[in-house]
Amino acid sequence: MSNVVSALAGVSHAGFAKIEETGLNGMITVRGDLGSSEMAAAVKAATGASVPAIRKIAAGDKGRVAWMSPDELLVIVAYDDVADTMAALNDGLSGVHALVANVSDARAVFRISGDNTREVLAKVSPVDLSSEAFGAGDFRRSRIAQVAAAFWMNDDNSFEVVCFRSVAQYVFDVLRVSSDKGGEVGFFS
Amino acid sequence: MLTLKCPYCGVDAEETELHAEGEAHLKRFGPGSSDDDFESYLFMRENPKGVHFERWRHQSGCGKFFHAARCTMTLQVFGTYPAQTLEPPQDIKDKISATYPGWSWREFQ
Repeated sequence: MSNVVSALAGVSHAGFAKIEETGLNGMITVRGDLGSSEMAAAVKAATGASVPAIRKIAAGDKGRVAWMSPDELLVIVAYDDVADTMAALNDGLSGVHALVANVSDARAVFRISGDNTREVLAKVSPVDLSSEAFGAGDFRRSRIAQVAAAFWMNDDNSFEVVCFRSVAQYVFDVLRVSSDKGGEVGFFS
Repeated sequence: MLTLKCPYCGVDAEETELHAEGEAHLKRFGPGSSDDDFESYLFMRENPKGVHFERWRHQSGCGKFFHAARCTMTLQVFGTYPAQTLEPPQDIKDKISATYPGWSWREFQ
């Protein structure tokens, strides 16, 4: 089998916050009726998480599930578990109108950790990232500079950013510049 | 800058996250319709100075189309509502009437 590589091979940058590509992630797009009992059962069986509330990301023992739109979820699991997770989702959704698609290799994921992580994103995205408006477990689909991206916040104040693989270098460069030392604004601190 | 609340994901999205998608509540005239109807469906658009109903898409977000009622002159936004409606909800009509009594737009008033 071919040697799978992530978009930027784990590149990282240390500014006032650290930007790193997280490497290979398993990502599955699920579309269907998010309110249905079949969806809840399928997601539970596949990841251990429940269907997330609007603009939230839920964590289970096998993976995370993010709210992408009123009829779309993003399931994030380990890269090697994608086939099993897909099988579990397809099993659970076999009787209803739904889509399960493996998009792992179509995406790139970055982690922003360290100090002033909110600032790194707030500079490049039209999202209210104040602590009152955006906290751990919140998920947002938006844009980063000129390209579509989605991000969520973890308990340790780090962010993870998902973008298309084709614009991975662009997003990394934008985040790198945004987190460069000397660029601290201190608005959220 | 224009800020519209996406009725699907509840985000107060600003203009750069949205895409304007033309006039709202167009009635389609397809094959079999008269030439006049087809022409007006294709080309004839409202261009008011005042109350207007538009379609927007939350492009850099949930990706859904929705409708917005706003004033093109003052940029006042009366409200947004899901695209699966044939006419503006009454509460939005009431809000417009409060600011512009006697307004009308196509067949709505």
